[in-house]
Amino acid sequence: MVPATSTPAEPAGAAPARAEAADVVGLGRRRAAAFVAPALVLVLVFLVFPALWTLYLGVTDYRLTGLAATRPHFVGVRNYTDVLADGRFHDSLWLTLQFVGGSAVLGQTVLGFAVAWVMRERPAAVRRTVEALVLLAWILPGSVVAFLWLALLDRDGGTLNTLLGTPGTAWLLDHPMASIIVFNIWRGTAFSMMLYTAALGNVPPSHLETAKLAGASTWQTLRDAVLPKIRGHVLTSLLLVSLWTFNDFTPYLITAGGPENRSEVLSVYVYRTALGEGRLGFGAAISLVMLLVNLAIATAYLRALRRRRA
Amino acid sequence: MRAAGMTAAAVRAALRRIAATTFVSLVLAFFALPMLWLASAPFDADPRINVSLPSFTLANFRVLMDDPYALRSLRNSAVLAAGTAAVVVVSAALAAYALSRVRLPGRDVLLYLLLLLSSIITGTAAMVPIFLLATQLHLVDSHLGVVLVLSGGLLPTAIFLLKDFTDATPASYEEAARVFGASPLQTLRHVVVPVIRPGLAMVGIWTVAQVWGDFLMPFLLLRDPDKAPASVIMYTFYTEGGQPDLALIGAFSLLYSVPVVAMYLLVSRRYGFRFHGGIKR
Repeated sequence: MVPATSTPAEPAGAAPARAEAADVVGLGRRRAAAFVAPALVLVLVFLVFPALWTLYLGVTDYRLTGLAATRPHFVGVRNYTDVLADGRFHDSLWLTLQFVGGSAVLGQTVLGFAVAWVMRERPAAVRRTVEALVLLAWILPGSVVAFLWLALLDRDGGTLNTLLGTPGTAWLLDHPMASIIVFNIWRGTAFSMMLYTAALGNVPPSHLETAKLAGASTWQTLRDAVLPKIRGHVLTSLLLVSLWTFNDFTPYLITAGGPENRSEVLSVYVYRTALGEGRLGFGAAISLVMLLVNLAIATAYLRALRRRRA
Repeated sequence: MRAAGMTAAAVRAALRRIAATTFVSLVLAFFALPMLWLASAPFDADPRINVSLPSFTLANFRVLMDDPYALRSLRNSAVLAAGTAAVVVVSAALAAYALSRVRLPGRDVLLYLLLLLSSIITGTAAMVPIFLLATQLHLVDSHLGVVLVLSGGLLPTAIFLLKDFTDATPASYEEAARVFGASPLQTLRHVVVPVIRPGLAMVGIWTVAQVWGDFLMPFLLLRDPDKAPASVIMYTFYTEGGQPDLALIGAFSLLYSVPVVAMYLLVSRRYGFRFHGGIKR
């Protein structure tokens, strides 16, 4: 199975004199194309092709096992209508919105900014300790942090229950969404913290000084002196953390979508339907929805970036 | 009037300091609390699910050494990370060099497009076609399959980062090498690579960090527990009673985490660069 686009088209036949002018080291276009080819082939086969193939898979009844595994049939847009009519899909979409909105847009951004803001005026030792801890949560392997949270929230003798004196509280069963949202705030705040620390460094101290002398409250200072300076950063970072959170698979390691699908965000939903239940055509239709969401976020990100540079 | 104003200001400053201190304490507690287990359980003679002051022992690491899967999975992680890093660094360096030195038609659009695609086509969104593609190419249950799939996703960013490095180095050395009759590959190896070595190291370390922590692709593409990397094998550590084997998981988590932390420290010390947008994921 080789996709149609296995080798890059070689740009031949250009006027040699002009090629020479743009090529001081004498690589030549032919050789340059050969240098680019391995990387391009890998990207085309393992990145671009799967995305295009999704379009085809989504209109078949491809299954993991059985007759449809060997001979998939064309089913038209049925998978798409099925997905769009599936109550579980609607629930999942709503949960994903909560997950992204609650943990990335609100949680990580607000906490990350707050930490960056408060740390400006703390002693260096405090600042370094806080930053190190927040960063550590970010760089530890996903499997490890997921288990740490399983241990923290464990029903029988988890640290949180011991601490709060609430033995037997099953956080992951009673509040699965809240659990993965708080977990993801903990996991990803580092990025926002670092970004806003850098952005706040670009706010002229004189502006803050002026605000202070004018007797502005913290809130007024933030609104009038700080926000106008960092607005571009806020928008781009919001879009980036949304993209990452939307594509995060770690919730699977903590709640696996349960109980009763009550924490089944899209990343978990697609895994469970496509590979858990073997409905690959149906799963591919969900995949396409996710790819489109990613496309929308990424396009918005690039536009915001360009506007910031302009 | 004036004195009252000053007292009010002093009170407000004091309140503000108290609020800030409270906030800092809460942040510290929030971020430290889940990690305490990672610090205590690996050295606890009788590790439980909650954090307790350990009765110190190193026996858990002995358990880890004796487990048939634990060390093998770390080796598998290393194989996947090193393999992907090799593929990514070599092919990205070749591509970045050519794209930097020769004006191929549509070069900038191509780079831009690839970068965009790599952020859209994530492993999560594309897990169905990736799984099927690996099945069709007989790459399921092979380390090579995981390496190739991960490389495809990481290459656009790697090329972009390395092109920055090559763009920043003048081509005059390469011109000199050419005058003395060096072939382009020789020039690349003996002239360009030494100059952009920091860039190559950075991309290599970045790739290793990405692959070392990745769960989804090996989980999706590897069936045989003998081939599973550390991220996946952790979730198979259960006792005969069906309970998580806490002694093993604790020690293993620590051992598995140390390389990432070490890499981060090394990178931030040596290159002084901080992980920022796009560098981590």
